Amino acid sequence: MEEIKVGLEVHVQLVTLRTKLFCSCSSDYRGKPPNVNICPVCTGLPGSMPTLNRKAVEEALKVVLMLNAKPYETSYFFRKTYFYPDLPKNFQITQYDKAGGYPLAHDGSLKLSNGKTVRIERIHLEEDPGRIYYEGSRATARYSLIDYNRSGIALIEIVTAPDMSSPEEARDFVERLTTILSDVGINVKDYEGALRVDVNVSYAGGERVEVKNVTGAASVEKAIVYEMFRQKTMYEKGIKVVRETRAWDEKRRITIASRGKEFEAEYRYMPEPDLPPVTVTESLVQKVKDEIGGSQENRYRELINDGINEELAKKISSDKDLFNIYEKIKFYEPSLKQLAANVLANEISYLKKRYSIKTLPEDVSGLAEILQNYRVIPDHESVVAYLKKWMEGEKVKVSLKTVSAENLHDDIMQIISENYDKIKNLEYNKKFEFLMGILIKKFGKDNKKILVEELTKVLNKTK
Amino acid sequence: MNLEGYTLQLILKEIENGSLSPEDINEFYYKRSVDLNRVLNAYITLLEPEKSRAEGDLKGIAIAIKDNISTKGVRTTCASKMLENYIPPYDATAVSSLKKHGGSLLGKTNMDEFAMGSSGENSAFGPTRNPLNREYVTGGSSSGSAAAVAADMAPIALGSDTGGSVRAPASFTGIVGFKPSYGAISRYGLIAYANSLEVIGILGKSVDDVNILFKMIAGKDPMDSTSVNVELKEKNISKPKILVIKSFVELSADEVKKEFYSSIGKLESAGFEINYADKFSLTDYMLSAYYTIACAEASTNLSRYDGIRYGPKVESAGNWRDYISRARSFFGPEVKARIMMGTFILSAGYYETYYLRALQLRKIIKQEFEKIISNYDAVYVPTMPVLPWRIGNAIEDPKIAYAADVLTVLPNLTGSPAISLPVGKVREFFVGGQFIGLKNEDMKLLKVAEIAEKVLQVKRSGRN
Repeated sequence: MEEIKVGLEVHVQLVTLRTKLFCSCSSDYRGKPPNVNICPVCTGLPGSMPTLNRKAVEEALKVVLMLNAKPYETSYFFRKTYFYPDLPKNFQITQYDKAGGYPLAHDGSLKLSNGKTVRIERIHLEEDPGRIYYEGSRATARYSLIDYNRSGIALIEIVTAPDMSSPEEARDFVERLTTILSDVGINVKDYEGALRVDVNVSYAGGERVEVKNVTGAASVEKAIVYEMFRQKTMYEKGIKVVRETRAWDEKRRITIASRGKEFEAEYRYMPEPDLPPVTVTESLVQKVKDEIGGSQENRYRELINDGINEELAKKISSDKDLFNIYEKIKFYEPSLKQLAANVLANEISYLKKRYSIKTLPEDVSGLAEILQNYRVIPDHESVVAYLKKWMEGEKVKVSLKTVSAENLHDDIMQIISENYDKIKNLEYNKKFEFLMGILIKKFGKDNKKILVEELTKVLNKTK
Repeated sequence: MNLEGYTLQLILKEIENGSLSPEDINEFYYKRSVDLNRVLNAYITLLEPEKSRAEGDLKGIAIAIKDNISTKGVRTTCASKMLENYIPPYDATAVSSLKKHGGSLLGKTNMDEFAMGSSGENSAFGPTRNPLNREYVTGGSSSGSAAAVAADMAPIALGSDTGGSVRAPASFTGIVGFKPSYGAISRYGLIAYANSLEVIGILGKSVDDVNILFKMIAGKDPMDSTSVNVELKEKNISKPKILVIKSFVELSADEVKKEFYSSIGKLESAGFEINYADKFSLTDYMLSAYYTIACAEASTNLSRYDGIRYGPKVESAGNWRDYISRARSFFGPEVKARIMMGTFILSAGYYETYYLRALQLRKIIKQEFEKIISNYDAVYVPTMPVLPWRIGNAIEDPKIAYAADVLTVLPNLTGSPAISLPVGKVREFFVGGQFIGLKNEDMKLLKVAEIAEKVLQVKRSGRN
């Protein structure tokens, strides 16, 4: 196969911010009625002026440092002019690296799973536009409706060099980036549309084609696969691939030529006169460094030191939330840590994704209950059901109505052998009472009947 | 009751000693404005006086506000068809400051559309007429604010000054026009024409009047990152040291020149120390730098007018491009011209040639100006190189029309404070003289102007 070159422009919403980039409107727009989080600034009313949310600079710097990029001491905001209904000022306030401008940071890198390093050219801050809604479909809707709740949400754009040479590498890049983001608390997976990618693909040294607005790592891979074969087909037919902008159609899984590509080259960038330059001092960088101290690297090391295997450690360390739960369980009952690691990396991590549970409960006593009884819960389905209950914040009490005689036999034998010294000289009734106490504690009163039956059987055999 | 010729200072004194009530005052200005507006067209919107109490520093007095300054619940048109029915949901910071000081709103004044113009003729609501001679222009772009103050239709007014828009009409109507340092008054709510050049200014009957109002609305505003706290303490100067730039004076018409030089003589005999510089080496580049920057900024500032969230209803045209071109047809010709120039200036390939060069020029102009002014209290030059012209005798060649701004753009490029006051008289008109100070030394400049005003004592008919 001929060589392809892929470069990405990844737009990430700074979901950890409570307010927008240039005004104090709430940034919590998902699931809200249209146009409730708006003000003169984010709707571009005449006379309104942007003021920079300094916290956004700090959050962006966390990502900058995690990606080994270098912040500029002074960077500038620019106006990028294009007319579009979701852009209330008809220019976007962004940062620019030409025309005397400097972005927030430059020259970073990210290492892929296969060891290859992808260069990051620059990282800059900018505002999100609003959203256009069509009732029904775009073709049949009588009106284009605009919701400005998203307008002015803080974004960072991460621009890579064209260093990826397969769809899988691009996917891996996005996945690894997602992990790094969650490492500094930016859990883009929990927020729909919080990570959007513009993909640049060129086949066999041809012109680059930009595919705009691809959401999520899997779609990035699919879009590149499609584009690769589209360009390949053209190449083989001798049709020249032109430099153009295309859109990713998530439903049909194809890229389509965008209208309005002609204003691409002409954004008429100019410095934003209402905003002073962004200054990043050494002390600010140090402050941010301190904040991100608990990095994935550190978490991974701790898990390995605990004797957790590499695969599990990798999975748990990549999600701050999973790691926090692991630590709590370890504190609660150290002997449960290995089991906890297993369950966290597998069942809990799966359930989190499957039911889009954003944060795990603070209280881990329910989880400890499940783990303590893990061996006697008769089937995997029940384990999963208990875990889900805990993850949804409900009280968990493991009851073993369905505990099976077969498994019980082994458990009883183990208990007897563990306590052999204590019971060897007891008479039958006392022995029975003593062992029953342990069994009830472990399997619950609900199972008393079967416990009595099985214990009787065992004791009668060993009599 | 007749308040003709009353200064704000006098009105406040009369309220304090009980001889006037704010109701009477507001009623007087309102009624007089209703009468005179038919001929002068100074107001786009006049508000019936509300009950007010003599509270705060402004004691309930109603003030005229230029129609590019946002006023909550009161339409703010920028004298454009584009904003004919636009009612802002918020007050500009300067307006809320006035309200906090007990001021209220008398009306919204006419202007050149989006503050683009030097004559007051480029208004979708018709030209403002000069109270000194109704056949003549008032100067612009704060034309209505100047006419209202000059014709006693308001005790004082807010305007805005991007390249002389407060000082030019003040000069043409024989009143005082103050352009503070860049950032001294918050621009939040001032509908932007050229952000890096403009500032809200004050038009009044005396230097004291603008001083009073300035201190109420100046100061850093969290909503405007470019705003600053300038020192507001009164300054003491006994013998102002003044620098006259001869090349500026030489650009003026003979009758302007003559009056201006005669004012220098009066100032000198009153103890002003007058110094002369032959020329300001960058005189020839000031207008080019100014118009390049102003048009570039304007073209992006005005891109938001698309008829979606506010503005005139645009008949649906099917596609976005068609829609946007219809929506933007509501701009007047001067506005369209400047948007097109700005769009060109910012286009790929021209940005470096024009815009970046203009920014560099501006930097050099600023450095040179700061160097020459450092030894003086103020620079003194005429405000306008010409006297008011007849309405309709619009100067066809924009290069000549824009040249009317040649003496006023310097302080906008440097961010310096400047104040125009009447310094001489030609027939029914006045010649305005302009003092320019060092950035953020507004109080020193006001002091110089106050002393000059006392020395020159330019009388006008019907004025105390």
